[in-house]
Amino acid sequence: MALAATASGESARAASGAVPAYNDDVVRAAAIATIFWGCVGFLVGVVIASQLAFPVLNLGLEWTSFGRLRPLHTSAVIFAFGGNALLAASFYIVQRTCRTELFMGSAGAWFVFWGYQLFIVMAALGYVMGITSGKEYAEPEWFVDLWLTIVWVVYLVVYAGTLMKRKEPHIYVANWFLLAFIITIAMLHIGNNIQLPVSFLGWKSYTVPSGVQDAMIQWWYGHNAVGFFLTAGFLGMMYYFIPKAANRPVYSYRLSIVHFWALVFLYIWAGPHHLHYTALPDWAQTLGMTFSVMLWMPSWGGMINGLMTLSGAWDKLRTDASLRFSVTAVAFYGMSTFEGPMMSIKAVNALSHYTDWTIGHVHSGAMGWVGFVSFGMLYYLVPVLWGRTLYSTRLVAWHFWIATLGIVLYITAMWVSGIMQGLMWRAYDEYGFLQYSFVETVAAMHPFYVIRALGGVLYLVGALIMAYNFYKTITAGAPVRVSVPQAAAA
Amino acid sequence: MPTKIEKDEITGTETTGHEWDGIKELNTPLPKWWLWTFYATIIWSIGYFIVYPAWPTLSGHTKGTLGWTQRIEIAQRMEEAKASRAPFVGRIEKASLDEIRATPDLLNFAMAGGRSVFAENCAPCHGAGGSGAKGYPNLADDSWVWGGALDDIHTTIAYGIRNANTQSRISQMPRFGADGVLNAKQIDDVAEYVLSLSKRSTNADAVKRGETVFSENCVACHQEGGVGSTDLGAPNLAANIWIYGGDKATIVESVRNSRAGSMPAWTGRLDDATIKMLAVYVHALGGGK
Repeated sequence: MALAATASGESARAASGAVPAYNDDVVRAAAIATIFWGCVGFLVGVVIASQLAFPVLNLGLEWTSFGRLRPLHTSAVIFAFGGNALLAASFYIVQRTCRTELFMGSAGAWFVFWGYQLFIVMAALGYVMGITSGKEYAEPEWFVDLWLTIVWVVYLVVYAGTLMKRKEPHIYVANWFLLAFIITIAMLHIGNNIQLPVSFLGWKSYTVPSGVQDAMIQWWYGHNAVGFFLTAGFLGMMYYFIPKAANRPVYSYRLSIVHFWALVFLYIWAGPHHLHYTALPDWAQTLGMTFSVMLWMPSWGGMINGLMTLSGAWDKLRTDASLRFSVTAVAFYGMSTFEGPMMSIKAVNALSHYTDWTIGHVHSGAMGWVGFVSFGMLYYLVPVLWGRTLYSTRLVAWHFWIATLGIVLYITAMWVSGIMQGLMWRAYDEYGFLQYSFVETVAAMHPFYVIRALGGVLYLVGALIMAYNFYKTITAGAPVRVSVPQAAAA
Repeated sequence: MPTKIEKDEITGTETTGHEWDGIKELNTPLPKWWLWTFYATIIWSIGYFIVYPAWPTLSGHTKGTLGWTQRIEIAQRMEEAKASRAPFVGRIEKASLDEIRATPDLLNFAMAGGRSVFAENCAPCHGAGGSGAKGYPNLADDSWVWGGALDDIHTTIAYGIRNANTQSRISQMPRFGADGVLNAKQIDDVAEYVLSLSKRSTNADAVKRGETVFSENCVACHQEGGVGSTDLGAPNLAANIWIYGGDKATIVESVRNSRAGSMPAWTGRLDDATIKMLAVYVHALGGGK
């Protein structure tokens, strides 16, 4: 209902004012969609975490089985929650830092927004009904892929077009990251979905490459979805909202340039580390590992710039809802971008691969970095977009601490479970026989699966508190219209 | 647009003079520790490229000075593991099952190997420790469908039950109800009789009628008094130990539609020494004869 209220606002007010206004209606819609899909994605996460702990919760139905709900969870949190957060961030940031309205006005951005929601719904319905290409994080079938391609090209046109008509002489660093995100995701999406439908009107398709080539392309895609969707995109978000909320200059312009180019150059090579000790040739494994290790410092460049920007404003962590989340997010980012290169080292990977350690690593990045930096953005953005103060700062504190506790429970449970699992798999008795069977490792992991599910519940509760807080904030009146500052004033 | 370089009061660093929506940037140099760590990872990677397979070339890829490949490594490790077990495995291959049981160090080795292999291959059906599950006999008691002597167990493991292996153990109970051999009344009576074998019947008349049905249809395999036959794989019906359950409805179902549980042959999947170790291990679970 709040969405309908925002949709009608912009055109009416645009007609009344002579000064052009930022196209914020679509940003408001994307912010609401972020909150909504976030809660959905976290809920499905809690469901599947509970299924792993208590298999009876699969309910014996194909539609509610773990295999179908798992991609629903990953797509809901990455593409629906994360994607809408990036839509909101990119449309908001590009207008502010270019001091101009969106290219193609609201129409292009609205097409991107609704087109993207349609993509999400088509993908989600497909997963539940068993329509899947079976490629991790790229499960939608060919017709959904085609639709997303169209939406994404329009997104690129709107975004790049806005950059081209900017009123500022330079392009702000946040936009480099966001543009890299949009362009690279287009390339990855198309590259990983070169597929042939089985029949003219059927939904089933197969990718053109097969075997280890298919696996390599899949993880070239999969790892760079992490690199360019969940890292570069959200670094763009961080580069705007942290200096803005802290009211401090970015720590180092030079670092931002060097770490940007190093990051985009190195990340694209790192995918093979997902295929260590497989049929993938040794040389490709070497490149995947070494480029992942070289990626450590370029990743940390973003952390340094994020944290050091707070010099002189650390006291705001106590009072500013947005900064508290964003800065904690950067800390989690630093942790998981150290853990990632470490896990890519083959000797470490020999222990960690196929265990819950990987799941814990992903979630310290997803819940800690992507989730928290998005919450930080929302706590800044919602009051600004709707032109009023946040309903409750106490609820922000509750959200923060409950969600943080949830992450800590989640990732420590997965560390213990994963490392234990890896050690049990490789344990031999004095005669050289395997000490444990697979079933015994599963039984040993059960308590940690329960703890993990509990961590997920806490994270979800935190998000619901946030959603309630925003609901009370948003419904307190009509949204505002923000004029574009005119060059004449400068 | 002219840039306006300022000095930031808190850090004392100059800005770059750019500004976007109120955001400025400091012109701080790259942190030294950051830069040197970055260089270190690059140098380490170059070293790694030199010693390990790394870069594709027109005709293949650089091999690395160590000559390492993962195929060589896995082959070596498998060879090492095999070599470390070889002395025992060689003796197991030569020894009879009884000799293995009678030789303490061989028995220890066989029990260790049997435990490991059982947990991975057998426990999914027969349960941890062979405790059994519905349709999968308990291997830790002294009731055996196909015999509990070492050789019996070895044969069952090696060739399995009701599978495509030519030496598989085969026996098939008729579907007395489904194929019209017995009517519902007769099946009900014979079930009462079977219940009476473990003193659980409540209907003496039915037991009497059932006894006749049993002697005409069942006794050839399940023997007088229902004690069963391990030669025919006919379970003992008088011990109150059940593969599928001993309540009347389950017994009726077994008589009506028969049961045909199957077990794979492990010959070909596991080597001979391993099957021997498994036989010794299963025999020692509690009920070996």
